Amino acid sequence: MAERRRLICITCPMGCQLDVLFDPESGRVLEIEGHGCKRAWAYAEKELTHPTRMVTTTVRVRGGVWPLVPVHTAELIPKSAIFPLLRELRRVEVQAPVRCGQVILVSGAGTGVDVLASRDLPTTDVEEPAPAIYPPAG
Amino acid sequence: MRCDVAVIGGGPAGLAAAIAAQERDARRVLVIERAEELGGILPQCIHNGFGVEVFGEDLTGPTYAQRYMDRAFELGVEALLDTMVLEISPGRITATNARHGILEIEAGAIVLAMGCRERPRGALAIPGTRPAGVYTAGTAQRLVNIEGVMPGERFVILGSGDIGMIMARRLTFEGAAVERVLEIQPFISGLMRNYVQCLQDFDIPLQRSHTVVDIRGDRRVEAVVSAEVDPDWHPIPGTEEVIPCDTLLLSVGLIPENELSRQAGVELDEATGGPVVDERFQTSVPGIFAAGNVVHVYDLVDDVSHAGERAGASAAEFALERREEPARKVRLRAGENIRYIVPQVLDPEGLRRGEQRLQMRVRRPIEAPVVLRVEAGGETLLRRRLRYVRPGEMVSLTLPERTYSQVRDADEVGVSVEERGG
Repeated sequence: MAERRRLICITCPMGCQLDVLFDPESGRVLEIEGHGCKRAWAYAEKELTHPTRMVTTTVRVRGGVWPLVPVHTAELIPKSAIFPLLRELRRVEVQAPVRCGQVILVSGAGTGVDVLASRDLPTTDVEEPAPAIYPPAG
Repeated sequence: MRCDVAVIGGGPAGLAAAIAAQERDARRVLVIERAEELGGILPQCIHNGFGVEVFGEDLTGPTYAQRYMDRAFELGVEALLDTMVLEISPGRITATNARHGILEIEAGAIVLAMGCRERPRGALAIPGTRPAGVYTAGTAQRLVNIEGVMPGERFVILGSGDIGMIMARRLTFEGAAVERVLEIQPFISGLMRNYVQCLQDFDIPLQRSHTVVDIRGDRRVEAVVSAEVDPDWHPIPGTEEVIPCDTLLLSVGLIPENELSRQAGVELDEATGGPVVDERFQTSVPGIFAAGNVVHVYDLVDDVSHAGERAGASAAEFALERREEPARKVRLRAGENIRYIVPQVLDPEGLRRGEQRLQMRVRRPIEAPVVLRVEAGGETLLRRRLRYVRPGEMVSLTLPERTYSQVRDADEVGVSVEERGG
């Protein structure tokens, strides 16, 4: 039995308000109204069958210039894995220095997707986080 | 000390300017930054959505900043951190920091890249007591994402700008309750995709045409009172609701930060709150350039980087005396439903060197097909069809080289938006 669903397309900044006729059994979108382009079809089908999001948060750091380092999932993960992943990351603590792109957690919440550091985080024993300071020595 | 180009502010505009200046063979490029690290607001914008235009990748804010910092230092850009600029004049900067005391810096050219700041409670005149627990959204973002401090447990957010909505999700991730997001306008001021990903995904209620009419609490916020507003934004009596909470976040707009510009005698545009610039981002004071949110508040950091690049390159050309000063500048006039245009003035000769990009904002939304019209001396230079216009989404337009002679002969160039008939 097909169902009517209302969605807002997030593929581009336009934010089309979609009126979708969806068949839950086959997972197929049968009709769409209100869309500005055909990308709405792929979005609606994915959003109604297995919605995914990128997750960004922070984890604790020992000995860094800041107490936290921002992290992100290397790829989109299922929406249902967001809170399990956040709970898992709450227990993670890394040692500074951290490099941008470094793997912080392998296969977060069993998704097979790694969690990566979003920036370099130097240790506190580096006097300044930036390398070049005026005046140069001497 | 001396440098060819001094950049004030090490955020995305400043970093892009410094890189571009160094790439144009400026001998010494110095970034002067008030904070303890470079990157401006980006290190605290830990969400993704950055860099789609510049890098063709969906990056987080810190990663986007990291790429620019890495490039800057690879090129030999120097940075003075924890340093406050006190005064500028053409070719001269006075700054201070704990290590050097007072610094006098001579610069061949200066780029203003101070960014913007958030509109605070005082600018809104919200009645009520003065308890702890009222923060701007950006301050809360810094506390949560950089310093690791939660500013409260139960939040109400005033304003549906992107920072406000992104903070609603962020606070939810950290275990807080976001009771409500209130927006005084009848439409969301941030992007619809942020509404979906940040509010809808987590069932955070949003009320349009609503505002805060009272803040309650003695030492700490205990509740805010919301009310519906009429089309003139006046609260409607009888619609008040008491929302218990311990923290109120304000996400109600950004203001370009131009104390230094004003003091240097740079002409400011009332509509943008930033310096009047030409197509090479030079201000009204020769040798002083400006780019990024100090000029006007952008939607996307990618556009800020592009503007910074242009300003940095122009500043290097000025410092190395490779730049011809324009004989005259043509003013761009914001016509029907246009709030402002950047650049505000154009050297017609610039169009001989290449097409020129104009960026603008409309006054009111039109959710129907429109025509953007550029005219000079009664003649239409360009017409562009758009499917809609919204104040929250900057409109970009490219003025092609073929318009050179018409622009050269004009007193001013007007841009307007009209609904497409039929």
